[in-house]
Amino acid sequence: MTTAVSFAKVSRHFGAVRAVDNVDLSIAEGEFFAMLGPSGSGKTTCLRLIAGFEQPTSGHIEIFGTTVEHVPPYRRNVNTVFQDYALFPHMNIIDNVAYGLMIRGMNKADRHAAANEALELVALPGYGERRPGQLSGGQRQRVALARALVNKPKVLLLDEPLGALDLKLREQMQEELKILQRKLGITFVFVTHDQGEALSMADRVAVFNDGKIQQIGSPQDIYQRPESRFVADFVGSSNVLEPGFVKQLTGKESYASLRPEAIRIVSADGHSATVTGSSYLGGTTRISLALGDMRIGALIPADQAVPENGTTVQISWQENDLHLMEGAQ
Amino acid sequence: MTATSASNAKTVQSESAVLPGQGGITGSLSDKFWRNPKLLLILMLTPPALWLGIIYLGSLFALLAQSFFSIDEFSGMVQYELTLKTYGELFRPANLDIIIRTVSMAAIVTFAAACVAFPIGYFAARYARGKWKALFYIGVMLPLWSSYLVKVYAWKLILAKEGILTWIFTKLHLTWLLEAWLAIPIIGGYSLSVSYTGTFLVFLYVWLPFMVLPVQAALERVPGSFIEASGDLGATPGQTFRHVIFPLALPGIVAGSIFTFSLTLGDYIIPQIVGSSRLFIGQAVYAQQGTAGNIPLAAAFTVVPIVIMGFYLWGAKRMGAFDAL
Repeated sequence: MTTAVSFAKVSRHFGAVRAVDNVDLSIAEGEFFAMLGPSGSGKTTCLRLIAGFEQPTSGHIEIFGTTVEHVPPYRRNVNTVFQDYALFPHMNIIDNVAYGLMIRGMNKADRHAAANEALELVALPGYGERRPGQLSGGQRQRVALARALVNKPKVLLLDEPLGALDLKLREQMQEELKILQRKLGITFVFVTHDQGEALSMADRVAVFNDGKIQQIGSPQDIYQRPESRFVADFVGSSNVLEPGFVKQLTGKESYASLRPEAIRIVSADGHSATVTGSSYLGGTTRISLALGDMRIGALIPADQAVPENGTTVQISWQENDLHLMEGAQ
Repeated sequence: MTATSASNAKTVQSESAVLPGQGGITGSLSDKFWRNPKLLLILMLTPPALWLGIIYLGSLFALLAQSFFSIDEFSGMVQYELTLKTYGELFRPANLDIIIRTVSMAAIVTFAAACVAFPIGYFAARYARGKWKALFYIGVMLPLWSSYLVKVYAWKLILAKEGILTWIFTKLHLTWLLEAWLAIPIIGGYSLSVSYTGTFLVFLYVWLPFMVLPVQAALERVPGSFIEASGDLGATPGQTFRHVIFPLALPGIVAGSIFTFSLTLGDYIIPQIVGSSRLFIGQAVYAQQGTAGNIPLAAAFTVVPIVIMGFYLWGAKRMGAFDAL
């Protein structure tokens, strides 16, 4: 398997701020790779390092085996879908999409044909004559995608491309992006702060915090076997159990994660917890529980009764739902 | 919401759901304007509309009307009969020279101002932050705070044969260069202060802020992501400038050039103080309405810059200068 992008001990410092701190990373060809993390965690800087908008302070970056530290963005066969789409307002849609081909000197007829093909690929045929300002957010997002894909890049970078869309459109685009990626076989590197998006779309996810990668793995790994409290908390807001409590249960003194959906309310022989609040989520109801000093979240399916605030309930879970975290902080 | 939090909120708020009026003239006026927003609009717009409509445009039309009258060459009296005779006089070689001289100067000054203003505006829009931005604004605006006449006379001293510029050229052993420049016909002369080159330099200096500010404002509205996107799609910095930055800055350049072009077309002080003694349109207007007493010809001369600006804007629009607005 060819490596599309590799980072070796890459750092990017802005003055005293370590935006990216000693990151090692390897993205395989044809992979749908997500960089997940809160804002300021370094994920966007990593994307910009691949695109060439930032240069590493130290470390080594390769794209398909070629060192790119001193290669300007315009000489990298990598294209970006920007968060604000960055469509040129003084050009119509067809000229926006054909921009990269025009720069390469392709003649007008050929590049317009290629651009029309790309617009069909993103389900926007016949929109070529319009201006970016006349399109909706979702349509602009597709144009930005077509503008990047028409150049047939080796790696496609997506910087929170769905962030500005409403929920319904976002879910639709998530599916379409995934289908498109499978169809084209291009390596996609996707930056997002939405853990649901990362889990549903990516083949592998890198979770970033404070400029470092906390964990890299498949969505299942990240969700079910978080290696640190940060990952457990950030990806799906897992409950983090205190080492003292975990020692009573398992004999090992370590933090452990427990998914809210793994917790069930039982009639007896569970752990006593007090209900402190609840919020209705539609399909489920999320309740907050006080278990000793710990605050625990649990999901109650719609077909079960939701316990009232202030009542004490018995809660239980399967032993293998409790995941000990080796790299506990 | 629980009962306790509702009662807590009540102690903070008023008992009634509607607050009492503020009272007084301002209070009742506020209520009135809130109910009739158009009333406020009319009150705010009437004085400037009267000023613009009657005093400003009215006097302009009165002036334009003068240009369709003519002067009796024997009596020197204005004949109030509509005629195009005065406009015909504009095409006499001497008057045509004045027009060509002024328009050429305005075009060159505008082009040079755009060339000088662009890098300054680009730096201010893209790189200057915090105190550097404040320094930029002060640097650009400061010359506007001092008297125009003082600046022009200062330039006369700078450009004079005995002035600092000649001294600098001497110290740099570049006197030959200055002399070679002054030896060029038309743009040269006895010294910079009596040459078209001098007039050009002073025009450029005095009108430059009017070009820098709109260009900077236009560039300020170009997001950094556009420039990155262009590079990402394979464009070298030069190609990005040609295909993205320049087209998006064009409305600002056109706005600035309207200032520099029309201000140069109409100015009558700079060419009088610095430059050869040949007339510019502004001086011609000044001379015709003053010493010569030929108000119709003065008015006709005034129409020239207006017509030129009209064509200029029409051409700019056709070239797509306002597409990005």
